[in-house]
Amino acid sequence: MAAVLDATADTAPNRGTTEMRRFLMTAVPLAIALYGVIPLVVGGQPYWLNVLTNACLLSFGSLGVWLTFSIGRVNIAQGAFALIGGYTTGVLTTMLGLSFWIALPLSGIVAATIGILIGWPLLRLRGIYFAMVTLSLTEAARLAFVNAGSVGHGVLNIPNPPGINSPLAFYLFAATMLLAGFVAIWRLNVSRIGWVFRSMRQNEELASSIGIDIARFRVLAFAICCFMGGIAGGCFASLQQNIYPQTYTVADSINFMLYCFLGGLEFVLGPIVGTFALVIAFELLRSIQEYQALVYGILMIVVMLFLPNGLLSLRGLISRRAGGAK
Amino acid sequence: MSILKVEGLTKQFGGLTAVNNVSFDVDEGQVLSVIGPNGAGKSTLFKLISSFLAPTSGQVRYRGEVVSGLKPHLVARKGIVRTFQETTVFKEMTAFDNVVIGHQLGQHAGPLGVFLSTRAARADEARFRESADEILDYLGLGHVRNELARNLPHGYLRSLGIAIAMAAQPKLLLLDEPFAGMNVDETDRAVTMVEGIRRRGITVLLVEHDMRAVMRISDRIVVISFGSKIAEGTPEEIRANEAVIEAYLGQDDEAIGH
Repeated sequence: MAAVLDATADTAPNRGTTEMRRFLMTAVPLAIALYGVIPLVVGGQPYWLNVLTNACLLSFGSLGVWLTFSIGRVNIAQGAFALIGGYTTGVLTTMLGLSFWIALPLSGIVAATIGILIGWPLLRLRGIYFAMVTLSLTEAARLAFVNAGSVGHGVLNIPNPPGINSPLAFYLFAATMLLAGFVAIWRLNVSRIGWVFRSMRQNEELASSIGIDIARFRVLAFAICCFMGGIAGGCFASLQQNIYPQTYTVADSINFMLYCFLGGLEFVLGPIVGTFALVIAFELLRSIQEYQALVYGILMIVVMLFLPNGLLSLRGLISRRAGGAK
Repeated sequence: MSILKVEGLTKQFGGLTAVNNVSFDVDEGQVLSVIGPNGAGKSTLFKLISSFLAPTSGQVRYRGEVVSGLKPHLVARKGIVRTFQETTVFKEMTAFDNVVIGHQLGQHAGPLGVFLSTRAARADEARFRESADEILDYLGLGHVRNELARNLPHGYLRSLGIAIAMAAQPKLLLLDEPFAGMNVDETDRAVTMVEGIRRRGITVLLVEHDMRAVMRISDRIVVISFGSKIAEGTPEEIRANEAVIEAYLGQDDEAIGH
């Protein structure tokens, strides 16, 4: 029934309007939460501002991981690229004296370049094989930095971004980055590139049979992911004013993936909701100390069990209950 | 005028020779069918021609140019587009979106243009959508345009697979067992569809098991058995060919296609 109704409405200009409405219905609440609700609630608490700044940056990184999910690859390497970005920003600002505003995009570009070089051969792998290799990449990156001579013990005294020196300013900066990342990925996802990515997830052979250069598009998705990881790491290094080989570990890479799962792989908002939910839950559970990991684990299992399509699938469930149709 | 030349095509898997020194030409505008009993090497030959498999020796020439060994998407770019056996479609998309994505080769705008939704990208998209509706209507899928492919009845999926391939604007369409598992009515409709495709000036090469349908629509037929070509000719010639009768009689009844 719904499909029949859609059929009459689905002419070209209407599709554009529907997409714009859907975008605004997600982007506006996100902007209100980031710029209004969060500063109002925790604006005076530097600790929580710091936590939420971190959540914004991690969300930015998981948006990239979400994109590699959209081509059907489980990517557990984002920690490695965040580390690469963090080190790039650290080295460029402290040793070469570059401005943060130049070092930050360069961090993304360096991470993306390494991603392209590594991704080109690796992305032929699928399923568990790709996941396992990316998992080991994170550890490989850590070991590489440990053995990287003078920076092996970390880069210290990384300057904050110029003009951004209060916790609130840094939070607003991170929130703006996140919103920009969200808009970019949303746009990519609704564009034909997003359709090509999804076609590859559904059947790579069929996609290549109609002339889609699957190797190139796989690398494109992975490079954008690595770029976002690099940017997130660069911002984080500048916020913390330091970066160590153990700043991002295998556990962080796994978390990036979990954020996407938890939020929902079908929604661009998914990785953001997943990241905030997990980061905040982890902080709240800090008070129960040794049971933190246990409760955290149980919560994860419960969510996966009852909401296998992620937290955002709740929205669909609720509106279906309320309205009946759709 | 031959559009495709298959020259001494051979494929070995370890010690097994699946396709052995097969040669034939496909003339432009014709329907050529490759038939053979079960296990004759039809599928392997099909994959070799569509470049989803590289030959051990021999080559495939398209308009004089060697295309065997190229990546599948490059072969598609030249105008050779294949379909798949069974029901290979983008299951999580609507029928309409399946065909729209099939237009990838017609894209003028680059990735950045697509991302920024430039005028060229919007023009591409409008053209694809119009053409997708035309193809869906043409293949009798117009009324299921907004259904998710995974919800479509089995019979529609093969048509949808052909619709996706048609969207890529092939000069040469390779059909992998287009009549397999169809009843008489469905086969009739599929035969009409293939004839329509041919009337559009598209050369068709198909690999098929069902002798009856093949006899009706083919200009020429190539018969392979145990990997080797045993006969080639018009349907009448093939029907009278001793070697073909023997090859098919050597199989169980089902293989003859009732």
